[in-house]
Amino acid sequence: MEKIYKRPEAMQKRPTGYCPGCLHGVANKIICGLIDEFGIVDNTVAVQPIGCGALMCWTTDTDQIISLHGRAPATATGIKRSAPEKFVLVYQGDGDLASIGLAEIMHCANRGENLTVVFVNNSIFGMTGGQMAPTTLMGQKATTAKDGRTPLQGYPMHMCEIINQLTAPVYIERCALDSPAHVLAAEKAIRKGFKNQLENKGFSFIELLSNCPTNWGMSPVKSLEFMRNETMKEFPLGVFRDRSEEV
Amino acid sequence: MSKLFLKGNEAVAEAAVRGGCRFFAGYPITPQNEIPEYLSKRLPEVGGAFVQGESELASINMVIGASYIGTRAMTSSSGPGLSLMSEGLSTMAATPFPAVILNVMRGGPGTGAIQGAQMDYLQATKAPGHGGFRLLAYAPSTIQEAVDLVYLAFDKAWEYKAPTLVLMDGCIGSLMEPVELPPMKEVQREEYPLYTSPHLNPGNPKRRCSATMITNERDHEDWNRVQAARYATIEKNELRVEEYMMDDAEYVIVAYGTSARVAKSTIRQLRDKGIKVGLIRPITVWPFPYESLRKLDETKVKGILCLELSIPALMVEDVDRGVQGRIPIATYGRAAGIVFSSEEVEEQMMLHIEQDWK
Repeated sequence: MEKIYKRPEAMQKRPTGYCPGCLHGVANKIICGLIDEFGIVDNTVAVQPIGCGALMCWTTDTDQIISLHGRAPATATGIKRSAPEKFVLVYQGDGDLASIGLAEIMHCANRGENLTVVFVNNSIFGMTGGQMAPTTLMGQKATTAKDGRTPLQGYPMHMCEIINQLTAPVYIERCALDSPAHVLAAEKAIRKGFKNQLENKGFSFIELLSNCPTNWGMSPVKSLEFMRNETMKEFPLGVFRDRSEEV
Repeated sequence: MSKLFLKGNEAVAEAAVRGGCRFFAGYPITPQNEIPEYLSKRLPEVGGAFVQGESELASINMVIGASYIGTRAMTSSSGPGLSLMSEGLSTMAATPFPAVILNVMRGGPGTGAIQGAQMDYLQATKAPGHGGFRLLAYAPSTIQEAVDLVYLAFDKAWEYKAPTLVLMDGCIGSLMEPVELPPMKEVQREEYPLYTSPHLNPGNPKRRCSATMITNERDHEDWNRVQAARYATIEKNELRVEEYMMDDAEYVIVAYGTSARVAKSTIRQLRDKGIKVGLIRPITVWPFPYESLRKLDETKVKGILCLELSIPALMVEDVDRGVQGRIPIATYGRAAGIVFSSEEVEEQMMLHIEQDWK
């Protein structure tokens, strides 16, 4: 008998810290699987954010550092510039990356740092209990937007599109984690992001649309329907830039 | 070795390189700009990396990254920048991540004055950030001393695995003086153990894991104890102070950095007139030389002047903690980039000597 589905070697043998139905675990598993695939478990540094994404520290069996809130791209810059031979993964949520860390991600992308950024966007501050994020949809309820987000609280920020205004990035794609087909596409995108860094091609940015059943107040299945009906309308999937072959 | 005539900021930048610094990130702020300017060209020459951060927030986090991977790293800034870096400093003191932090002080508070001053004493010694921690902090008063202390600060940072502060002031940064540079040190990247690793990944302790949040309360409290023990060791071993003309002193000036330079001139002027004045000059402001003040004989010493380029006086509480009310303490300061002359300080001394310290 052949074992065709197993826990990636790069994953710690313990439960994840995520809520039931949360797709962070899927994102983590894709990443760990790719670390196995490229054989880089001993050479990887996972730079993690503040927020639910920080729970990745219980998942990846690699070197890792939980950076300060929003500063993962800066911390990763310091690591990569000092140790270019390391594979440095940046993992951030939408509160971390698009709110408090907006300057750091923009300038890291603008410098074209040779990094792979995986951006998990679930349109909410999860860890702190469901406050509005820069990516919260118009009308979507949050604990700091009790009747739904209004224009007074700004509009959803589209990070792929914003970063696509810069010259330096090599690869920008938005994927989703709601279905097996989309998960496979996300894996393909992150694989490309890994490969770009390993081949010294420069900055790759992969956004993963995700859910938050706990703070959206939905069952996991309902949260997937919400992603398909609402989130993906606001945040279209697709490749925004791919210069992987040109550089 | 021959002496070079160098500007303070450039001299300390070269001293850092010679002390093994191979990573620098920083954001422009006066009066320290020559440091990043010099290192932007110099670091690549020695195989190091320079990044102009998009802010002080980013810069200190870049330094954290470089330190995490074992590179001798540094940043420099001035008061407002240090405030922005304070979350990073708190993290670095805790994790701990060694690095050298240079504060070329200017006038405060707020955006303040761009000229040199000494207004970050409390920030440096009491609360460089949230969460309760200490930084070994050197306060040079000549360019030669600044060079020597920056060089030493790298060794101390790595000895204690803790961020180390060099509290210069804008005057020291901007002066030019003859200086002898220390030899070039060849330092390799050095990955040191992190306390947090076994707590974040108990199944694989060889992984290098860093966080400043440990979800088990007892582990976190143990970690606080480890940090407290480190501060106690630094306090015991790293105190530096200069006692100048103190043997027969009847009056004492306490001053550090540029103020101490002026104080020495004042003391010579007063001694020419037969008035016996001495100087206690903290070279480390944390740990503070309380003992130098504690041992003063109140039957002999009639008065103390705490002298700073700061209004209000900031160091006076530490001076009094050593003196414990036994000897009268006066304060004198100028601020906003105005530096007192030795004659001005002499006048202040005479005022107290003739009126309050009889």
